Amino acid sequence: MPNEPAVPLLNVQIDGVWHQFPKGTRVIEACEQVGIFVPRYCYHKKLSSPGNCRMCLIEMGFPRLGPDRKPELGADGKPIINWMPRPQICCAQDVAEGMAVRTDSPLVKECQRGVLEFLLINHPLDCPICDQAGECPLQEFSVDYGNSQSRFLENKVKKPKAVQLGPRVTLDDERCILCSRCIRFCQEIAHDDVLGFVDRGSHTVLTAHPGRSLDNNYSLNTVDICPVGALTSTDFRFKMRVWFLKETKSICTSCATGCNTVIGTREDVIYRQTPRENDHVNSSWMCDFGRLNYKYLEAPDRLLEPQIRSEGRLVPADWPTAIGQAALQLKQFAGSEIAIVASGRMTNEELWLTTQLANSLGVKRIDIVPRRGKADHILLSKDRNPNTNGARLILGSSSAPGAKLLSIASAVRSGAIKALVILKENAMHLGLSVEELGQMPALIVMNTLPNEATQNATVVLPACGFAEKRGSMVNGKGRLQRLNRAVRPPGNARDDWEILRDLLQATGGGNSLHSIEEVFRRISETVPQFGGLSLSKIGDAGVHILQIEELPPTQPQDQKAIEEAIEIQTRRRAVHEQVHEARARVGASSIEREAAPPR
Amino acid sequence: MNFFFIITSLIKIAIVLGVILFMVSYAVYAERRVSAFIQDRVGPNRVGPAGLLQPLADMFKLLLKEDFTPRTTNTFYYWLAPCLAVMPAIITIAVVPFGSTLFGIPMVIADVNVGIFFVFAISSLGVYGIVIGGWASNSKYPFLGGIRSSAQMLSYELSLGLAVIPVFLLVGSLRLTSVVQYQIEHGWFIAPFIGDWMNPWKWLLTIPMIISFLVFMIAIFAETNRLPFDLPEAEQELAGGYNTEYSSMKFALYFLGEYAAMITGAAVVVTLFFGGWHFPGIPDGSHGWIFGLINIAVFLAKVAVVIFLFMWVRWTLPRFRWDQLMRLGWLFFFEIALVNIFLVAGILAYMTP
Amino acid sequence: MTITVPRPKLNWRERLYLPAIASGLAITLKHFKNMLFGRTKVTMQYPEQKWDSHLPDYYRGAPALVRDSGGRVRCVACQLCEFICPPRAIKIIPGEIPPSDRFAKVEKFPQEFDIDMIRCIYCGMCEEVCPEQAIFLRKDYAITGFTRADMVHHKEKLLEIGGVMHGVVLKWNEKK
Repeated sequence: MPNEPAVPLLNVQIDGVWHQFPKGTRVIEACEQVGIFVPRYCYHKKLSSPGNCRMCLIEMGFPRLGPDRKPELGADGKPIINWMPRPQICCAQDVAEGMAVRTDSPLVKECQRGVLEFLLINHPLDCPICDQAGECPLQEFSVDYGNSQSRFLENKVKKPKAVQLGPRVTLDDERCILCSRCIRFCQEIAHDDVLGFVDRGSHTVLTAHPGRSLDNNYSLNTVDICPVGALTSTDFRFKMRVWFLKETKSICTSCATGCNTVIGTREDVIYRQTPRENDHVNSSWMCDFGRLNYKYLEAPDRLLEPQIRSEGRLVPADWPTAIGQAALQLKQFAGSEIAIVASGRMTNEELWLTTQLANSLGVKRIDIVPRRGKADHILLSKDRNPNTNGARLILGSSSAPGAKLLSIASAVRSGAIKALVILKENAMHLGLSVEELGQMPALIVMNTLPNEATQNATVVLPACGFAEKRGSMVNGKGRLQRLNRAVRPPGNARDDWEILRDLLQATGGGNSLHSIEEVFRRISETVPQFGGLSLSKIGDAGVHILQIEELPPTQPQDQKAIEEAIEIQTRRRAVHEQVHEARARVGASSIEREAAPPR
Repeated sequence: MNFFFIITSLIKIAIVLGVILFMVSYAVYAERRVSAFIQDRVGPNRVGPAGLLQPLADMFKLLLKEDFTPRTTNTFYYWLAPCLAVMPAIITIAVVPFGSTLFGIPMVIADVNVGIFFVFAISSLGVYGIVIGGWASNSKYPFLGGIRSSAQMLSYELSLGLAVIPVFLLVGSLRLTSVVQYQIEHGWFIAPFIGDWMNPWKWLLTIPMIISFLVFMIAIFAETNRLPFDLPEAEQELAGGYNTEYSSMKFALYFLGEYAAMITGAAVVVTLFFGGWHFPGIPDGSHGWIFGLINIAVFLAKVAVVIFLFMWVRWTLPRFRWDQLMRLGWLFFFEIALVNIFLVAGILAYMTP
Repeated sequence: MTITVPRPKLNWRERLYLPAIASGLAITLKHFKNMLFGRTKVTMQYPEQKWDSHLPDYYRGAPALVRDSGGRVRCVACQLCEFICPPRAIKIIPGEIPPSDRFAKVEKFPQEFDIDMIRCIYCGMCEEVCPEQAIFLRKDYAITGFTRADMVHHKEKLLEIGGVMHGVVLKWNEKK
């Protein structure tokens, strides 16, 4: 925005130095742009500015004008500034021509100290148990701007503690400094006005409106923006101190939006996912559904060992045996007798290796399973596959993803297809029954969690979840983004691309791909949209490689096939949901249930 | 050779062997206590009163340790070497008279007329134990230790041999009992003037005899691989030298050999220069069995003093550098010992008894 | 640049070395003699003689968790000691105090608190960093065990060593 010529530039003096800013810039941002940080609690750049925390007080002034309406110049040839006698908040103030700002004057420092002392009067001294400790601006500013000792001798005001504001948010009212960020977030971003302040003075408390609860799908963002430990995530509460967390930049894979995230881990355990700012994708937010959708990686029934079917039972095997067995089974059949069901949750690298495998075996029937849900027009996308566009580009088929599924299913039923390779999906999504799967001469399944397909497989290959591997995906708007490995895969599970590479080699499609970077380079050589890119060039913020309009429109007959496939899936999921609900332990939130991936 | 002689010899051998082994184990204990005292420490004092059962504990430890033979060794020689190291040291003691007589039996196992030759011949075999052990270990440190040992033994055996020639010039016999007998009659070789105070020739003779003693003593240090001549094992440089690859009982045998050699060396020194079992004023065993026992005790006490000297020197002096060792042996002691022979011969030629 | 350090020129007495050797022997003999007659002061004979009664207040023995006079386990599982511990000997699994509990106000407590005494280096950083005055280095120094598992002090053991600590700040009161 600063370089847009249409907006006039204004001259502003900050701490004695003149700068130019476009009209409409807030003073607090102007200061930040020139490298001066003004402390703030209520101000958040993605939200409106009520100016109620008073932490960002500065001194402000304008040039003294002479009788001729021109600035009077001092002895040094510079305009004389008329400073306002009282400090101003800079978060709600736009820059103006000739404005002068002082951020480090004695008055400002005194004000900051005073404001901080007031904020801390009723703030409990429970940093040792507070989840915010370590990333708490109140702690940080106390050190930077506050007093080292408290002069407060009276009793602190008692307020409700451990209030369940919603299914996923717990509130400690004593810690609240009444900045109202959460209230504004709910109004302005989540469009679900449920929070508000009640009572007066020191007794003001944050609460949900009567009869309402903070249960919208964006509620956990309030925890992120809360400057203190008042709003805490029920999921993360008291689990781990934030300074232990290793932060890995990644993306959310729960829908096609591909929100940028930071995965907080310690010793191969994921403790939380938080959104990472990317104005091209998710601003500073992410939905609760995606945020909590990592628990299945630590599921107790996670596939940990490669297995092969021997005398009707699945027995553990080592990797070379399992891969060799899979290749042996596949090579028995002609390409026309094999079908590959891939997944829109696989990375571009994995999908590319899948196409190589298909080419090597001469397989023509290859498709991904479409996955749809309700879009909420904020972040959550209708398409719940994170990489549908990547699959569309890399599989390079003329029909839309999912259009061939029903024909594969009917070919399986008719016996035309004798070998089925199912990658990160459940064969039941095709509308096949368990008996039909059990009769397959070769059913090779790669997945993270067990399902009907793995139980009836001839070879089971345990793979990695999104936080355990590297790779790239193309989101719903055509932005290429990177996944990074936050934790190591459990047991003997292996990186998906390595499994596919080994399978490819074992089936005779010999090549020498040693790193995922090499795989990506091969993609960039073969798929035009990826041209000139490498995994490192994607960067943390991603690269736009595709206008959605570029993609061929879905044919009406494809559309019908996809709708049918989704219909089958939805019915299945409803049954699954009922079973799951019956089994679910008491008190599990609805989001957690939804977050469990369809098996 | 009669039956009586065989029986008494066997008894003597058994007793001497037992005493030697006992002394070795307590020499190790003494070494540790002496070194500790010199360094202001306490030393082993846990096992038994004042730590006196420590040798027993050491023995059990060494016996119970895993007897490990590295895969790349020459197994036959690797096993043979420790035996070769311990045998010569013990055999040598056979010709040393450790007492006068007891019940008319001479307190020496084999009173051969080439006693000192026997000592040199057998004790120089000790080097094979070290050289073969170093070579058979097939490891660089033992190998270097073995090489050093062979060079050192060769160099100092010359001085060793030359240093005692004055003694035998005086005695006129190589038999060690004769050496003791001569000293009883003419005074100890370390101080030949005793008992004949007014004879200036005896005083003159003292000078070459002391030189002879010093050279012999230093050569014995070198022959027994004691500091300051312990270059073959040199822990700091060679990680233990020839015994690096040895463990358990084989290592113990090396240890045994080293200390047995030290005891034998001390016994030879006592016999050649300190009058053997003789102490002025104490009659020999023919005057009663109690005196025979006292003679043996005197001999052992003298040996103990010399062993203490060995230890005292070890914990005082630093190790020589290799080139210093060689220069000392070839360019200094060899010449001195040689000149000393002529000195004694000259004195003898003009001496009036 | 190479600097050649000239060897000192020795006179004939020095080159003979014998006087030096003799004085060296005299020194070692003096030490031997003093030790033999008990004139040398030697180190304490540990298992028989112990210094337990002389241990200074600042002695750093085994780290332990303490209770205050109200019977509360003072640790609130803030995990700062786990963070600061140089050899990473401490492992804490935090838990939430149920609302019915006497100390529900504190909200958080250590469900598990393990100190691996094989790793512990008795540096006292945990005591120094603790914001709750909950962990102290006590005077226990003979920490032994037959297995590695024996050497891990669990919460119960730590509380047993720690005992009750008087005179600490009672900050979880109403005023807070």
